[in-house]
Amino acid sequence: MEDVIHLQTQLLHYKVSLFKEGYLNDQFKELESLEDESNPKFVEEVVAIFFEDSHRLINELTKALEQKCIDFKKVDAYVHQLKGSSSSIGANKVQMACIAFRNYCHDMNIQGCLKCLQHVKEEFALVKNKLETLFKVEKEFLDANASNPII
Amino acid sequence: METSSSSSSSSSSSSCMKWSCENGYQPHVLAVDDNLVDRKLVEKLLKNSSCKVTTAENGASALEFLGLLDEHNQHTNFEECSNRSKVNMIITDYCMPGMSGYELLKKIKRSSMMKEVPVVVVSSENVPTRINKCLEEGAEMFMLKPLKQSDVVKLKCHFMN
Repeated sequence: MEDVIHLQTQLLHYKVSLFKEGYLNDQFKELESLEDESNPKFVEEVVAIFFEDSHRLINELTKALEQKCIDFKKVDAYVHQLKGSSSSIGANKVQMACIAFRNYCHDMNIQGCLKCLQHVKEEFALVKNKLETLFKVEKEFLDANASNPII
Repeated sequence: METSSSSSSSSSSSSCMKWSCENGYQPHVLAVDDNLVDRKLVEKLLKNSSCKVTTAENGASALEFLGLLDEHNQHTNFEECSNRSKVNMIITDYCMPGMSGYELLKKIKRSSMMKEVPVVVVSSENVPTRINKCLEEGAEMFMLKPLKQSDVVKLKCHFMN
């Protein structure tokens, strides 16, 4: 019984910290509000798509910025995609990093772009880790609650 | 192309939603977006509002679904005619590679078969000139991404009854 309450508290604190520290914004809450009995894993599914798509885009960006002659329009298009999907799931810091990245694309600033790519990679790795932890803690709580329901 | 129906009715309390659910009316929306995350999101938003959804990842496949790819011969096969007649609304992203949402809007509004169908353009960027040109070309509405449930409820009330 105490375990379940402890897990619930842990989950709530962790969630609050993600919002407080700016990793997630209200759009993530909007996603959670869409989840229902017909699709109880909706948030995890969308986030999984986000992870896969972001990996692909980051790879493409890395390749594009390694070219002798950089196609900034192409780079900008990839960043625009990543900005869009991070905004749609509420991955706030990734979205912000993309906005800065696009400015350097428009200025055709190679060094700026490379710095931004690095920053985007870091922020993505961080939010991926945070979300995976969130889902893990959520599952632990739900499993413990199933065998010893407090809600 | 993917089509899916919602199996549970929405719990929204607005009167037009209730009417739609009680009568088992499921509007069919064609949602066009090159971004996979956004396609998944718009599909869920629409299903939560008791809509049947078909998604397309670009303008060309949207036109193909509607049987509008061949401009000179819009009386294509039975399936495409049937798709056309069932679509109650089209939601399209503005920024897409190849054919933009604006270009797709133009093709739809200039077709004799589909020009009456409401088209809503969505974008992550708030650019007044972009908004104006879409509205001038006949878009019913221009909305900012990411869409929320309240946006979709509004759309359903205005355009799908």
